[in-house]
Formats: sequence, C-alpha cells, structure tokens
Amino acid sequence: MREKNVIFNVIKYIFALLVALAILIPFIWMVITSISPQRNLTAVPPVISASSWHLDRYKAILTSVSASDIAYAFRIAMGNSLFVSVSVTILALIFGSLAAYSFARLEFKGRDTLLLFLLFTYMAPPVIFVVPLYMIFSYLGLLNSRITLVLLYCSFVIPFIIWVMRGFFASISRSYEDAAAIDGCTRLQALWYIFIPMARPGLIATGILAFLMAWDEFFMALIFTSNLAAKTIPVAIAEFNGKFSVDYGMISTGGVLASIPPVLIAIIFQKYIVMGMTSGGVKE
Amino acid sequence: MQLRNSEGRFALAIASPALLIVCFVVLFPLLTTFVYSFMNIELISKNRGNFVGLSNYVQVLGSSNFWLALERTLYFTILSTALETVLGLFIALLLNEKFWGVGFLRSIVIIPWAIPTIVNGSLWKWIYNGEYGIMNAIFLKLGLINEYRSWLSDPFAAMNLVVVADVWKMTPLAVIFFLAALQSVNITTYEAATVDGAGPIRRFFSLTIPYMTPTILVVLVMRTVEKFKAFDIFYMITRGGPADGTKVLIYETYLRAFTNLQYSIASTYAYLFVIIIMALTAIYLKVLKKSEENNA
Repeated sequence: MREKNVIFNVIKYIFALLVALAILIPFIWMVITSISPQRNLTAVPPVISASSWHLDRYKAILTSVSASDIAYAFRIAMGNSLFVSVSVTILALIFGSLAAYSFARLEFKGRDTLLLFLLFTYMAPPVIFVVPLYMIFSYLGLLNSRITLVLLYCSFVIPFIIWVMRGFFASISRSYEDAAAIDGCTRLQALWYIFIPMARPGLIATGILAFLMAWDEFFMALIFTSNLAAKTIPVAIAEFNGKFSVDYGMISTGGVLASIPPVLIAIIFQKYIVMGMTSGGVKE
Repeated sequence: MQLRNSEGRFALAIASPALLIVCFVVLFPLLTTFVYSFMNIELISKNRGNFVGLSNYVQVLGSSNFWLALERTLYFTILSTALETVLGLFIALLLNEKFWGVGFLRSIVIIPWAIPTIVNGSLWKWIYNGEYGIMNAIFLKLGLINEYRSWLSDPFAAMNLVVVADVWKMTPLAVIFFLAALQSVNITTYEAATVDGAGPIRRFFSLTIPYMTPTILVVLVMRTVEKFKAFDIFYMITRGGPADGTKVLIYETYLRAFTNLQYSIASTYAYLFVIIIMALTAIYLKVLKKSEENNA
C-alpha cells in the first residue's frame, strides 16, 4: 500500500511539472522574444542569451511619435482598447443589471421569450449581424469610430450580464424587499439600497468578465475599424502579423502588453471569475 | 391588477435601454440578413437586390464549398473539444489533490485562458514559424526532423496546429469548471469506498465520473457552440489556408461577405449557420436544466 502511494505521488509530481511547463513555456517564449535582439531571433537555432536582453521595444511603444511606426500604432491601439473596454464594462453593467433585476423580480408579458432571445443573441455568431450593420454604419458615416465599437460590444455583453445577474438577483430573499416596502422604499430605492449591495460579488464577477470579453473581441473590430482612430490592439497585432516581413520581436512586445491587463485581472480576481462563469453556464 | 400594471411599466422602463441596444444591434440586422438571404445582392456585379426565392439556399447546399467547410468545422470542433475535456478533467483531478506547489499551479492555470485570442494566435504562429520557429529548433534537436519544415503549408498539419493552439488557450476553462465541481464532492463517500477496498482507478470510474457527468456535459455542449464560432484563431494563424485546408464555415461566410462582397450568399451561409447554432443552443439548455436538476 505504501509503495503504491509513493508511485502515485511521483506520477502526481511529474504530471504537475508537465502541466506547469506546458502553461508557462509558450508565454515565457513570447516574453523572451520581446526582449531579445532581432539577430538572436533569426539565428538558426534561435539564441537565448540573457546578457543581450533589452527593453528597447517597450520603450519604443511608450515613446514613439512617428505615425508610420508599429510601436506608435500599438500604443494608440492599446488606448483605443482601453477606452472601448472600460466604456463597455460601465455601460453594460448599468443597463444589464437594471434589465436583470426586471427579469428576476418583476412579472411582465413575454419575459421568458425575451430571456431566450437574449441567450440566443450572445450564443449567436456575430457574422449573422455584421452585413446589415456594416451597411447602416457606413451610410451613417459611423464606421471607424470607438463609440460604434462600444455600442456593438454592448450588444453581446449586456445579454451576458442579464443572464448571469438575473440568477444573482433571484437568489436574494424576497423578505428584504417586503421589509423595504413596509418602510416606504420605492422599487428603485430597493434596487439601489438592497439589491446592488447584496449582489456586489456578482457585479464584480460579471464586470470583470465583461471587460475581458471586450478586450478580447476581434471580429467586429476587424470589420468596423480601418485606422488608428478606432483600431483596437488585437486588430493592430493581426494587421502587422499579416504583413510580408514580420517583425516578431515587436509583435511579441505588443502581445505581452496586450496580455498584461487580462492576465493580471485573471490571476487577482480568479475567485470572482470562477463564480461568474460557473453561475451562468457561460462562455469564455 | 393595478400593481401588476405599474410593475410591468417599471420593468419595461428599467429594462428598455438594454433591450433597445440589443434590438438595434441584433434583432434588426437578424431580420435584414434573413431577407438578404432570399435576394441577390452582390456589390461586385450589377445585382443590387431582386428576390430570388430559395435559389441561394439551393446553390449553397449544392456546393461542395459548404459541405467541405462544415466538415472542417466539425473536425476542429470535435477534436479540440474532446482534447480540452479529457485534459481538463485530468488537470482538474490533479489540482484537487494536496501537494507542494498546488496553490501556485492553481493560480497560473488560468493564464492561457486570459491571453487575448489574437495574441495566442500570433504567439503560436511564431512558435510554428518555418524559418525561425522554436518548434523546428526543438524537433531538430530531439531528432524528430532532419531539417526545418514549414508546418503551416500543409493543410492537414495546419488544422491540427490550430487545434493545439486553441486547446492550449481553452483547456483552463474546462479545468475551472471541473475543479469547481470536484470541490463540492462529498469526501465521506470516497473514504467509505476506500475503506471498502476500492482502489483509485475503481473510485475514478464508479464515483468521480458519474458525479462529474452533468458538468462534463455542460462543458462539452458549451465548448461545442464556441468552437463552431471560432474565427479569430483561424484568421490569425492560417487565414483559412493553405489550400483552404482550415477554411471553416464562419471563415467562408466572412470571405463571402467582406472579400467577395456577395452579401446575399454570405447571408445564406450565416442563416444555415444560425440553424446549427440554434439546435446546439437548444441542446445546451436541455443539458443545463438536467444538470441543475441532478445537482439539486
């Protein structure tokens, strides 16, 4: 029995080591690429030497002022991504949780049909909406605008928030509202003073996931943006990767920078993310 | 009755901003796309929209393009979902154990999932690179190959390499779901089984698997829907190539709309796609309901 346990433990540690390596090596390789000189990257086989590592590409992204520079494009695109993701998170949280409350607590005709429709909208691939949307926004002269992206992203983040927050609101006991009603609270006051504070973990969880969804979105940004006025960081990275001669050092630097916000958020708020995902039965 | 009415009005009032946005961005285009699929709008020809009945559907369903793209989509979906589920289950079982470093492993396991899809694609494309890629260097060193190969120029290899990249990023999601389920397992049942002489393998098959089945089903169906919609990773790594080897259904639709400017044919593809997604969503809801009942 004891021997068996030893074998089992050895297997456990070997498996754990393999998992850790599999998780970390690709990511670390991207980081090393971003700080290695070009000649080491294009050597066969590639040269990994810590003494030659430098942060020049990061400096370039922070400081470049030349509009034709990849580094400059990455900085502006990061700014666009940040603007769009933060705006979407705030707007979708406000509108989404108001609607979620109404789905959780109030009875009105067509509620269940609407709810199914909302589930469908966030399950459906954006490709079925984009052709007419593209025609409308181009007619209105609203292509290539960050506000347009915010509106478009809200259309799939809001249904997600409604779907998850509805569950959170529904789990709050009705007796709180009854007590509030007796004390003369209006529905809006009950929402503000009772539901919002009690559902705070849910709001944090869905807010984080909303930010990550918006930060990750690529398809609509690819179609609806054409230059740095609105291009987000995924679009900028994809564009420079498609060019004939690819500067992998710079692309990796952009990749590392684009990964820092979501990776940090995911590690710090892991508990909330798990809660948000498993309580709604949700996607990415 | 009075109360009901005021309640209805209040519900509508606070839900309306959300519903307006969703209706404008989703419902209206959804109906428009439906209408387009029965017309012949093509920006590259003189066709600007006459009704053509079902001929787009006949054309698309009769073309090998559609069926080949569907086949590739199914291959990608089934292979990557299966890999993620199996790997996810084993990693979750590992992370549910107590050992030195498990806390660290639990907190880093989420990293691949958090990396943006496009960055993930670009990262793996660089690893697979035919001239300078690290995968070539490693395989050469291990003696698996004699010279550098351009992996992404073989259609079948390209598809499988996209699967690897996707599985690397999305397995953590399965791990998170499975780990959450495992952590609510009743320990005493396991102890009782151990006392009764059931070994770890026996316990795995007669306790863990039945207990995990509802969660496994949810993950399977949820991931299937997501895989069907995978676009970014194909755009980033292969752009549907080589020789159309990775041109999945959604990529074909995208090309029809934004490269060929065949809006009507693209709409037809999109609607055929919607039918599949709706069927999958219906299955998803059923599975979700069942697993909730089982957990209750």
